[in-house]
Amino acid sequence: MATAHSKTAARLMISPAVLLLLGWMLVPLGMTIYFSLLRYNLLMPGMESFTGLDNYRYFLTDPAFYAAFKNTLLLVGGVLLITTVGGVLLALLLDQDFWGQGIVRILTIAPFFVMPTVSALVWKNMFMNPVNGLFAYLFQALGLEPYDWLGSAPLFSIIWMVSWTWLPFATLILLTALQSLDREQIEAAEMDGAGALARFFYITVPHLSRAATVVVLIETIFLLSVFAEILVTTNGGPGYASTNITYLVYAQSLLQFDVGGGAAGGIVAVVLANIVAIFLMRMIGKNLDA
Amino acid sequence: MSRRSSTRRKALMTVLAWAVGLLLFFPILWTVLTSFKTEAVAIADPPVWFNFDWTLENYATVQERSNYGRHFWNSVVVSVGSTLLGVIIAVPAAWAMAFVPGKRTRDILMWMLSTKMLPPVGVLIPIYLIFRNLGLLDTRIGLVIVLMLINLPIIVWMLYTYFKEIPGEILEASRMDGAGLREEILYVLTPMAVPGIASTLLLNVILAWNEAFWTLNLTAAKAAPLTAFIASYSSPEGLFYAKLSAASTMAIAPIMILGWFSQKQLVRGLTFGAVK
Repeated sequence: MATAHSKTAARLMISPAVLLLLGWMLVPLGMTIYFSLLRYNLLMPGMESFTGLDNYRYFLTDPAFYAAFKNTLLLVGGVLLITTVGGVLLALLLDQDFWGQGIVRILTIAPFFVMPTVSALVWKNMFMNPVNGLFAYLFQALGLEPYDWLGSAPLFSIIWMVSWTWLPFATLILLTALQSLDREQIEAAEMDGAGALARFFYITVPHLSRAATVVVLIETIFLLSVFAEILVTTNGGPGYASTNITYLVYAQSLLQFDVGGGAAGGIVAVVLANIVAIFLMRMIGKNLDA
Repeated sequence: MSRRSSTRRKALMTVLAWAVGLLLFFPILWTVLTSFKTEAVAIADPPVWFNFDWTLENYATVQERSNYGRHFWNSVVVSVGSTLLGVIIAVPAAWAMAFVPGKRTRDILMWMLSTKMLPPVGVLIPIYLIFRNLGLLDTRIGLVIVLMLINLPIIVWMLYTYFKEIPGEILEASRMDGAGLREEILYVLTPMAVPGIASTLLLNVILAWNEAFWTLNLTAAKAAPLTAFIASYSSPEGLFYAKLSAASTMAIAPIMILGWFSQKQLVRGLTFGAVK
């Protein structure tokens, strides 16, 4: 049905979006690669010189990189664990028959809509503050010493805040998947004598696994780039205790003005994200054919 | 016997579900409550729940001291502007890919998605330097452009999945009746596409409103939207709980209301159609 005429028209309609995204991706990425090969500091303009792979060597052998790499893994892994396990449990709970389903659903999803800077500052000041925070009152009421969350367990505190944002997301996606489960299939299994556990592991789990994979992959993309929560609470500290790769590159580039080193770090971050992206693209690509 | 046990089960589930829901919602509730307290009541030991003299003074103070309205307006302009611009660019592309699919349509869609996976730090320095040289740092127009670009893949994808669901036979029927391309778009497709476009607008306004990497790095006092403005409370103003709460409540309230209306679209948009 598509004529040559409509094909040309279609190409014209697609090209603005394609060209914009191409420019957005290729031009800055090319510049980053170029900068990563230079000795280039914004505080010393006009002193740029070619240094080959030196920036990469410095960045990858810097102890800060190992700290940041470890923290990134812990942050992404920790949040994924909390949100997927918690998300499955919550989705199963919200899928039950109870009074006020609509309202509870709204309450549960709400944290996902709180902007990162608000969520981080509310947790930091009103809950985790060792003097006036609610957790300090709670600990005192239980007869315990108040705990300095962000000072003594900065990475854990950030994992906590970020999980609060993403648990509702995982729950919402898994609940949507759960509700598309065929009830007749479950009833048939029940008639055949399958117990509740067998029904859960042989019908519900396989049905949820696809949605769970999507949750894991999409969260990973966003979690690799956690930034605002760190910026407004710990600034990556104490030391490098809560610095992830995103924050390290930011600090190198815009706080130390080391364009070359920051660019090399940026490219390292791109490579790491691509490894995750390949898996995600396969998943979504499969769905596109279906 | 099963009647009674199912009622008991329902009661138990109700208690459990409400407990979990309220626990997750609690930080938001506490923020809203604190915004109506005086600073002294906000840090009272033991904490005060509902039994205090409610006041609006924090809201007035926040506006007076920091020109809150300006940052609020920045957020509105940047999120709505970037979304509208993105939709204007994306509608033709998604329309063409859904109705005149070619051999490479699938590759183009996947490639667009891959740009979304580029970590922002990978292009932070070039964008920062380009913005500095073009005088776009700390301007709303600069933010509109960047947020439009980072959300464009999601906008194209969402529109594509919605347009895909419009049956092709309708187009053929209208063509048989002699409709040209213009009539086809105006009278057949547009009415069917409006709900999808509206959902896309809604989700992207939410995403742009809460975006907190580029807004923090590319703005200062002038064009800062609420994400960046609230960050200025990191210290020591953050210790004024009541004022922090008032600023936070106003920043999250509008988007929370939009969000509650867009739960379904959220699932679809954020999973690129993989979960519906």
